[in-house]
Order: sequence, then structure tokens, then C-alpha cells
Amino acid sequence: MKKQVSLVREYTKGIWDQNPALRQLLGMCPTLAVTVSAMNGIAMSLAATFVLVFSSFIISLVRNFIPSQVRIASYIVIIATFVTIVDLVMRAQFPAMSKELGPYIPLIVVNCIILGRAEAFASKNGPFRSILDALGMGTGFLIALAALGGIREILGSRSLLGMQVLPDAFEPWLVMILPAGAFLTFGLCLGAINALLNRKKNKEEEALVARHMEQANLALTDVKEG
Amino acid sequence: MELLLIFISATLINNFVLAYFLGICPFIGVSNKLSSAFPMGLATTFVLVLTAIASWLIYFLILVPYHVEYLQYVAFILVIAALVQFVEMVIKKVSQPLYRALGIFLPLITTNCAILGLALFIVLKEYNFMESIVFGIGAGAGFTLAISIMAGIREELELANVPKAFQGAPITLIVAGLLALAFMGFAGMITV
Repeated sequence: MKKQVSLVREYTKGIWDQNPALRQLLGMCPTLAVTVSAMNGIAMSLAATFVLVFSSFIISLVRNFIPSQVRIASYIVIIATFVTIVDLVMRAQFPAMSKELGPYIPLIVVNCIILGRAEAFASKNGPFRSILDALGMGTGFLIALAALGGIREILGSRSLLGMQVLPDAFEPWLVMILPAGAFLTFGLCLGAINALLNRKKNKEEEALVARHMEQANLALTDVKEG
Repeated sequence: MELLLIFISATLINNFVLAYFLGICPFIGVSNKLSSAFPMGLATTFVLVLTAIASWLIYFLILVPYHVEYLQYVAFILVIAALVQFVEMVIKKVSQPLYRALGIFLPLITTNCAILGLALFIVLKEYNFMESIVFGIGAGAGFTLAISIMAGIREELELANVPKAFQGAPITLIVAGLLALAFMGFAGMITV
């Protein structure tokens, strides 16, 4: 019997350790395309989270009935159904946002995060755990998209969530709201995260070496005294 | 003339990868060698053109007459999955060398957002049948161009001294950003 991971961990792993956008580099198409502003990023990730949670739930319920040869096709049909629901609801309730996000809402169908979680998690775990996992991944996606959108919005149109945060004297960096800005911001963010992780790893290694040295020294003095 | 404009616009100005962020996964994943990037571009182009034909026929001859447009996402994704499977089988039967060259890339194409994106854009822009095919060819040519240039740059990048934190995906994204900036030079060449 495999050791079960705690339920809290099932949720929190998606936020940083396995953050879908920043660490696993999944779903890059919406990550780059819609993060012109923080609000767009938040709306996109909420839509994706809705699809992720419900499709994970359904897939984990039917996981034992689907023959493994046709599982991917079945998953995609389930996902496409929920994407259709999201798209219709958004068109009716938030027409402005729906227009802004354009074809990127339907493109959630082929978002690797959702199919990835379906294949890697929901097809092997029960419904409750799958929902927790999906919520965690969704939260991680939300944080990543809101952060990228925030950075691009502040530098590219000197506002955050529609409110001006930088003085008029600041000349907006037009490139940040253009496609090129998306690639550059995301690349720099990933580099910064890697640098941070490398530093943490180096520190841990140094601490480990220092501890071993100390122990060796102690053993040496023991030998000398003994 | 109209068709030529659609082709140029899809290839250079509204490049699928660099302006619409469609097909980023293979663009980052399969672009480390020119010898695999170019066949990937060709295979994608092939599927794009077939998808353009199939999705146009399905949408305007089946979904619209029966007023079931809301089924478009389910219909498109199933058609694409079936099409990729079909192409794989045909290539396997017709040409073994080609199958071996493309083999691993073909299943990947199903989940390439460029393919579904193309089908959605055809509906969104209400292209007619001929325009859809040209749009598919143009999008494929643009994708092949972008992924080939990227592979060429990345082959050179192997020799460069990249800071440790930026090795791999981050530097690739930054190169893609510079490429996108360069492609912005084409904007305004024609207006569509």
C-alpha cells in the first residue's frame, strides 16, 4: 500500500512546489497571452480553475469505467463540455471580459494543465483528493497569472487592477503590454525563481557540509583526547 | 489578392507563435535542434491545413444548419484528435521513412493549441472555404518559420555562457521575446 499524502499537502503542493505555470511550465499559452493586466489574469485562471475542478471530479468518478485506450479522448470530451459551460456563462454574464479574453477561453480545452492533472492525478485518485489537487493547482495558476499580469500592468500602463499606481511622470513601457513583453517578463521571472532556488539549495548544502565538518572535528578531538 | 494578404498576415504579422502565443509547447520543447524543429513545423502545417478544411466543413455545413453552434468546441477537438490519428495511420501505410521521422511528433500535435486556435479563428473571422485553407497554410508557414529560426538560435546558444539560473526555459523565453520584437517590424506592412 502506497503511503497516503496528507490532505492539506494535496492542496498546498500546487501553490509553490508544483506550481503549474511557474515550476512545471504547463499552460504557457494563456499564461503569456492574457496577462496584459492583473484582472485578465485573474479571470482567466478562475475560468481554468472551474474547468479543472469539475473535470477532475468527473474524471475521478468515471476513472474505473473508461478503457485505457480511449481515456485521453474521453477526458478531452469531458473537459470540452465544461469549457463550453464556462464560455456560455462568461458570454452571458461578463460580455466585456469574454471579448477581452477572446479565443483563449475555448483554448482551455487543450490547456496542458487540465489534461495533465486528469492523466497524472484524477485518473488514479478518488474524487475528494482530486478536487483538492485541482483547487491547489488552480490557486497556483491564479497566483502566477495575477503576478505576471500585475507586473506587466504596472510597467506597461502604470496601473494595477485599473487604478493608477505610478505617477504621470513615469513613461509607460509600451513593450510590456505587447506580445514581446509577455515572453520577456515570464523569462525573467523564471530566471529569478531559479536563482532564488539555487541560492536556497546552495545554503542547505553549505549547512550540511558545515555540520559534517563539525562532527568530524568532534570525532577527531575525541580520538586525540582518548 | 485578398488570399495573398491573408497568407502574409498569418505568416508574418499575426504569427501564431509570436503574436498569439499558440503552439508554445512545441515551440519551446522541440526547438533545440534544427533537424527536428523543421520536420515538426512541416507536420504541424500539414495538420493545420487538414484541420482548416475539416473544421470549416463541420462548422458551416453541419453545426450552423442545425443550430448547434454551442457544440463547436467538442466537435472541433474530436475532429482534430481523429484527424491526427488518421494522418498517423496513412503516413505509416504510405511511407515508412516519413513515419519514422515524424512518428514521435504526430501525437503531440493533437494538444497543440495552434490547431484548435486555427479552427476557432476561422469561425471568429468568418472566412470562406478558400480563405480558410490559405489561412491554414499561412499559419503553418509562420509556425515553421518561427520554430526554425528559434532552433537555429538555440543551436548557437549552446556555445554561449548563460548564467546558471537562466539556462533552459528562461533564456529560451527571452530569446522568443526578442524574436517577437523583431517580428513586430512587420506590423503595419499591410492592414487586414
